[in-house]
Amino acid sequence: MNIRLTTSNKVLMLKTVIHLAALLPLINLYYLAFYDLLGADPVQRVIHFTGIGAFNLLLLTLTVTPLAKRFKQGFLLQVRRLLGLYAFSYAFMHVFNFLAFDLQFAWSLFFNEIVKRPYITFGMIAFVLLATLAITSLNSLRRKMGKSWQKLHNLSYLIIILVAVHFYWSVKSELLSPLFYFLLVGILLSFRYTKIKKLMRSTFNRKTSKI
Amino acid sequence: MLIKTPKSYHLKESEITPENVFLNRRELLKGMGFLGAGALFATASANANAGWFSKEEATKFKTIPLKYTADANTAKLILTPESKVTTHNNFYEFGAQKNQPAELSQNFEVNPWQLTISGECDNPITLDYDDLTSMFALEERIYRLRCVEAWSMVVPWIGFSLADLLKKVAPNSSAKYVVFETLHDPKQMPGQDDRRLGGGIAYPYVEGLRIDEAMNPLTLMSVGLYGKTLPPQNGAPIRLVVPWKYGFKSIKSIVSIKLVSKQPITTWYKLAPNEYGFYANVNPEHDHPRWSQASERRITSGGLFARNRIETLAFNGYGEQVAHLYKNMNLRKYY
Repeated sequence: MNIRLTTSNKVLMLKTVIHLAALLPLINLYYLAFYDLLGADPVQRVIHFTGIGAFNLLLLTLTVTPLAKRFKQGFLLQVRRLLGLYAFSYAFMHVFNFLAFDLQFAWSLFFNEIVKRPYITFGMIAFVLLATLAITSLNSLRRKMGKSWQKLHNLSYLIIILVAVHFYWSVKSELLSPLFYFLLVGILLSFRYTKIKKLMRSTFNRKTSKI
Repeated sequence: MLIKTPKSYHLKESEITPENVFLNRRELLKGMGFLGAGALFATASANANAGWFSKEEATKFKTIPLKYTADANTAKLILTPESKVTTHNNFYEFGAQKNQPAELSQNFEVNPWQLTISGECDNPITLDYDDLTSMFALEERIYRLRCVEAWSMVVPWIGFSLADLLKKVAPNSSAKYVVFETLHDPKQMPGQDDRRLGGGIAYPYVEGLRIDEAMNPLTLMSVGLYGKTLPPQNGAPIRLVVPWKYGFKSIKSIVSIKLVSKQPITTWYKLAPNEYGFYANVNPEHDHPRWSQASERRITSGGLFARNRIETLAFNGYGEQVAHLYKNMNLRKYY
């Protein structure tokens, strides 16, 4: 039997898979953490899980375009926003876990840590930028923004670098996983080599022309 | 009339988790059917590895009940449940993740064991496995354990004073420092053989104390916890416990204690001297470069919503007993 999938069917299936793959581990995580079934320190576990989860989802989001181009599967682009929004949701939970369960709403400590600790500063900048991208992913806003939308969303390259540094600086001694993530980021950005070069040049030129 | 003046580190009676609540927690969960569902989720999701319940049951290492004098303060500190003390460990020799030591250490051989005490002393000795629990009268000491990562526990250790052991070897006048070394056996300790598993620190693990710190009555050689001999993940068969210093000073599975004249280069100091000093006294006023040390999360029973963030005390609350050791020292410089 031959089943032919229309593009919209493919997108629907893929989106269903993404929803399940992103949501079920989260539900599982908080269920176990709530009932103290997540090892001795559930707080550390939820922070790490959502943090690395956000990083993985970001990497996945940035894999979509090169993949769609390479294999000529344009429909893949239709799930890019969903992946990006899940990356943001995980990042949001990551920050929320830190504030609510680790610092237990000690707001002054929270702001102090953001300012004082470079790795948290980097993480927080990445989070704020990611939030901006999440908000402007609304279709109506995207239409209104016109050309500047793409410019803004090019920040995703900066975000992924900030996140990689954030991870690298956060570990105590084990550097192999952060270095592996740096490698992945490097590979993904290498697909955008010419684009990033152009972006850098235009930013740089604008700066020099002002002087 | 007897007037009790509570010490600064004693907790109030009202702060204790009722024993029956703690002991029945597991039955409670089973009765409500949560355990079944939890176990199901745990196997379904590769990332969850939820099961310290299941792991606890699969434990192979046999611990042995010990005879000891109970700590008089038992009722005053909320103990961290045994299941958490034995599954949340920084013991990179068995893996750098907190849950790994409990999983990867269960076949660890502790008998035979040899602990050599040597160096600048008149009577160097070697203790065998049986000596560890029989040479000295054992006592229980309920101590706070403050990790440099800003979490803490309360553990009922069993052991003897390091001072008693050192008196036996009679240190000479050149003995200014004490150096401790963990067993180096990559066959048994997979982290020593695999950089990724072992977190990239140098092995064997080395720690040290100044001689007066070593002779302080609080400094404990621990051979057990919760009434039994130590499980491997907690440093079997013998480990150091220095309750006023960050946990990494309390070196595990010791094979050598050496009296020396110069301050040794310790493992974490070697890795990051600006983050982990030789002294490593618990000090809420001196932050780790990457996080605050002003407060900590006390791990007891309770899940994600446990309100367990508490102020960190200078010298982890043992200032009365040890502050005099550092009277004329700048503790910001000697962190």
